[in-house]
Amino acid sequence: MPATQGIAAGHQPPVISCRQLSKRYGSVEALRSVSFDVERGEIFGCIGPDGAGKSTLFRILATLLRADSGRATVEGLDVQKDFRAIRRRLGYMPGRFSLYQDLSVEENLSFFAAIFGVTVRESYPLIRDIYGQLEPFKARRACKLSGGMKQKLALCCALIHKPSVLLLDEPTTGVDPISRREFWEMLARLRQQSITIIVSTPYMDEAMRCDRIALVKDGAFLQIEAPQSIISRFPQALWSVQGDPMYGLLKDLRRHEDIMAAYAFGDAHHATVRSERITPRQLGENLKALGYLNVEVKEIQPTIEDCYMHLTADS
Amino acid sequence: MSHRKPALSVFNAQLVWKEFRHIFRDARSMLILLAMPVVQIILFGFAITNEVKNAQVAVFDPSGDAVTTRLIEHIHASRYFDVVRNLGSAAEAGEVFREGRASLVVIFSENFGENMWRTGEATVQLLADATDPTQAATLTGYASSIIAGYRQELLAERRIPMRVTAQVNMLYNPQLQGAYNFVPGVMGMILILICAMMTAISVVREKETGTMEVLLVSPVKPAALIFSKLTPYFALSVVNLATILLLSVYVLHVPVSGSLLGLTMLSLLYISVSLALGMLISTIAATQVAAMLASSMVLMLPVMLLSGMMFPVENMPKILQWLSSIVPARWYIAGVKKLMIEGLPVASSLKEIAILSLMAIALIAASFKKLKK
Repeated sequence: MPATQGIAAGHQPPVISCRQLSKRYGSVEALRSVSFDVERGEIFGCIGPDGAGKSTLFRILATLLRADSGRATVEGLDVQKDFRAIRRRLGYMPGRFSLYQDLSVEENLSFFAAIFGVTVRESYPLIRDIYGQLEPFKARRACKLSGGMKQKLALCCALIHKPSVLLLDEPTTGVDPISRREFWEMLARLRQQSITIIVSTPYMDEAMRCDRIALVKDGAFLQIEAPQSIISRFPQALWSVQGDPMYGLLKDLRRHEDIMAAYAFGDAHHATVRSERITPRQLGENLKALGYLNVEVKEIQPTIEDCYMHLTADS
Repeated sequence: MSHRKPALSVFNAQLVWKEFRHIFRDARSMLILLAMPVVQIILFGFAITNEVKNAQVAVFDPSGDAVTTRLIEHIHASRYFDVVRNLGSAAEAGEVFREGRASLVVIFSENFGENMWRTGEATVQLLADATDPTQAATLTGYASSIIAGYRQELLAERRIPMRVTAQVNMLYNPQLQGAYNFVPGVMGMILILICAMMTAISVVREKETGTMEVLLVSPVKPAALIFSKLTPYFALSVVNLATILLLSVYVLHVPVSGSLLGLTMLSLLYISVSLALGMLISTIAATQVAAMLASSMVLMLPVMLLSGMMFPVENMPKILQWLSSIVPARWYIAGVKKLMIEGLPVASSLKEIAILSLMAIALIAASFKKLKK
């Protein structure tokens, strides 16, 4: 489903454009005919579990890997033919924070500046916000930094040559929740400077921070839309159900004739329901009759994860 | 860091300096790089040696004349032997060996001195315990050369033509020093270990930590990347080469008898082969552990076993000889023996130089081809 209806529809060519990109490793299809566009100044999220093909896509866009078929352009430049020109405009942060552990914060930064042919001073305005938090530790070696600080340093290094496009492959994996929130705030500020950002994450709750997201499963893009409209398209009523014991409850929910699907979700179960045939109150009575204690049933707003579960259950 | 476009040239000072920093900050690397050559040279030069010192000697001298007395003094004075006892009869030799009180017995014929002057010929029997054949050969070799030396002395004194019946000639290593054999071997091993293994590991480490991906998306040319990886190890190899040569000349007393320039050129060529080999390993290996294993399997064992460092290539079965010819260290060690120990002119090792050059070209071409992919 190519999503050509961008935010700034028609005025500007897309910053990133992929058409029928496919890549396979042996018998594994890492990418299956993926097509999408990303507009300038957008935060575009690729949401999906590990092994869904997100990193493969990022490595193709970063000109590190060749697609088997299909076409991709970054800033209107072909990823295969014009890879040199793309590399000057692209900031890439690979899955693991690619820092030199034995070099200090400052040395890492000036090294990456040097290989991109710039100085830290000329790029300083862009990274001041982020680097400001690291500056007290600039003599510390990268291996001695916390996960959050490593992440910030890696982002500074990716920004050092003032790229117009940022490719961030799972930047929040292995980072504490506070640092994750701070990181998304930084991305929002970068977007204001009209930097286009593509970010991948296995955390569904981060999807809401993106302008548009693609739900990725087994190398295919299931849906590409703004997170809110993905949620608003959730076709059924969604109820959260709690009760003791929880394990048996899930089985009985799945057996219930008015429930289409039920799955564990944190400390409750989520169930999609034929709401025209049953109310939460009735379901609660049904469950109490089956001997469950402390039963609580309430209607809830679906999250992106619910949408993901729903879409992948269909396919 | 203040240059505007350093990223475009093949030489990038920041890149090279970064590699040096990696080495300087890693205590393990520093230890391997700088201490290993010294330790190995000292170990092989002094501890692990088949040299003999102060071996106990028993003598049976029925003649007891001036000639035999002086000859016994000569033997005793050498640093290889201590004459510890005089035997009453030749038959006592067996007893002495069984009790382990001597490892060499020297038996002079009767009227040794008289025979010498009259007929120009006298016999002396050397008995050694050959349960350790290497040591026995070494001991008899030492003793024969002392006797031969004494004959020369007598010749010079008396100017009488005398027939020298047995002449043992120890070419190039007249004192049979182990160090003469080991110095070229250690050079061959250390240089390839440092260049190939350390280069391979440092490249693969970047693959493992993911920094290689960032370097690859940067505008830095692959050639500059390779160059920056190779420079520090090249420099350190040159330092090690100098260390080994200084140690061998001043500590082990193994002189550079041939052309120092030729030896240096040969070593630089060998270093290039090793660096190229390291690059090739790094393009194949995915993890540091794999790089370590590959290096030790491909480099350490063949270098130690097949290069002629421990066992002479000439004594190997044909198939191993053939196999050893693809080990660069074999040709390097052969070249070093010619240039350093035997003191032959550079022209004598043209074959080795040609083979190493071909290997260097082939390996560089192969690793560039792999890298392009």
